[in-house]
Amino acid sequence: MSLPTDKSLVLEKQFRFQWEAAQDSYVLLYPEGLIRLPGSSGEIMKRIDGKVTAEDIVRELEEAYPGVDLKQDVIDFLEVAHDKGWIRTD
Amino acid sequence: MTKAGSGPIKTAGPLWVNAEITYKCPLHCVFCYNPLNYASTFESELSTEQWLKAFREARALGAVQLGISGGEPLMRKDAEVLVAEASRMGYYVNLLTSGIGLTEERIAAFKEGGLGQIQLSFQDSTKEMNDFLSSTKTFDLKLKVARLIKQYDYPMVLNVVLHRLNIDHIEQILEMAEAMEADHVELANSQYYAWALKNREYLMPSREQIRKAEEVTERFRKRLGKKMKLYFIMPDYYSDRPKACMNGWGSVFLNIAPDGLALPCHEARMLPGLEFPNVRDHDVRWIWNESRAFSLYRGDSWMQEPCRSCDEKEKDFGGCRCQAFMLTGDATHADPVCSKSRHHHLITEQVALAQQSRAAADEVRPLLFYRDDKTSRLLEAAETSSALDEHA
Repeated sequence: MSLPTDKSLVLEKQFRFQWEAAQDSYVLLYPEGLIRLPGSSGEIMKRIDGKVTAEDIVRELEEAYPGVDLKQDVIDFLEVAHDKGWIRTD
Repeated sequence: MTKAGSGPIKTAGPLWVNAEITYKCPLHCVFCYNPLNYASTFESELSTEQWLKAFREARALGAVQLGISGGEPLMRKDAEVLVAEASRMGYYVNLLTSGIGLTEERIAAFKEGGLGQIQLSFQDSTKEMNDFLSSTKTFDLKLKVARLIKQYDYPMVLNVVLHRLNIDHIEQILEMAEAMEADHVELANSQYYAWALKNREYLMPSREQIRKAEEVTERFRKRLGKKMKLYFIMPDYYSDRPKACMNGWGSVFLNIAPDGLALPCHEARMLPGLEFPNVRDHDVRWIWNESRAFSLYRGDSWMQEPCRSCDEKEKDFGGCRCQAFMLTGDATHADPVCSKSRHHHLITEQVALAQQSRAAADEVRPLLFYRDDKTSRLLEAAETSSALDEHA
């Protein structure tokens, strides 16, 4: 399914996103569960604040990592996150 | 680019802490898994500060999930404080309640404090059966509570314990769950520990009862799809391989009893020859990493045959230590649920018994052990005197 890239992204209400030192990774917590989001998946998720869009995230990451074409990776990840019910568009 | 959620979860410390903050409970469920002598903890419950200290220590080890359970956790007035403080520490906090005592004021405070989810337990949908099974008139109240949970924007997670005396009502149970707009319904057959073990012969459903219940569940599943997710959990006696109990002893789960006893599972207190550490006296780090009780059944060096050479030992860890002890008298035996166990007949005999036709519920009623404070004290006194006899 195709996720609109110009809509604000919101973390679904049952999820809690945070850095976990013991996991050496960002994680998503949900009832009785834990999803590790290592590397760039954590970098993408941490930008989701209810306001930014997929396009904003791509722009931010391309500024942070100049010269790397991240667009497709970011969109792919956000579509997975959306399919799994971690995020929705506003 | 790392794929989503691809990293393995690291489990050096506990991930899941279950805080049984009190064994006090207004219900008298015949399948309760609290210890038979639960009333002995009433005078020695941890203080708010002691609970928070244990939560902080477990959190420092990497624990992320916290269950606030009981007994009925709402019997403690500091449940809101515990939830809010734990949430601030970074836990995802789950409240496991019968709903009795959950007023709008309290649920608002839980929400404010960051509570992640509420699991509501429900015995049955027919008022008579519900009152019979829990011995109190709680049904209307539960419906009210279910509405409150929705109103405060929590998913409605229903936990229904199934057994011989209520499993035939599954259609009504599921109709009720649908009316309550439940999002998740766990239909868990009673496991035979503690009070449920005492009542095992009256609680174990027949194969035919289970088959019909599964059929009805499947029908609801087909009709409701994602709207109401249904999980049907078989009694493990009907299986020929044991459950991977607690995902392995001292692997991810830490249970803290109301009196501060740190346990690798809800039931371990009754295992003999083990001195379980108390969070009053020890740091959780020491308890988890150093104590004999938590290391004893870790890994597989404790195993006897058939587990020792079994190619499934990494999968189920030999099953449940408590069940092995309760049924065979030795916690290092294979869980007798396993068909490879030489004690498996202890399971199949019970299952055979459950296929016979039995007395109606109202005839069974006076024969059951109800979880109440008086019975708990009597059972403890009986245990103490038989222990004294053994020493005499």
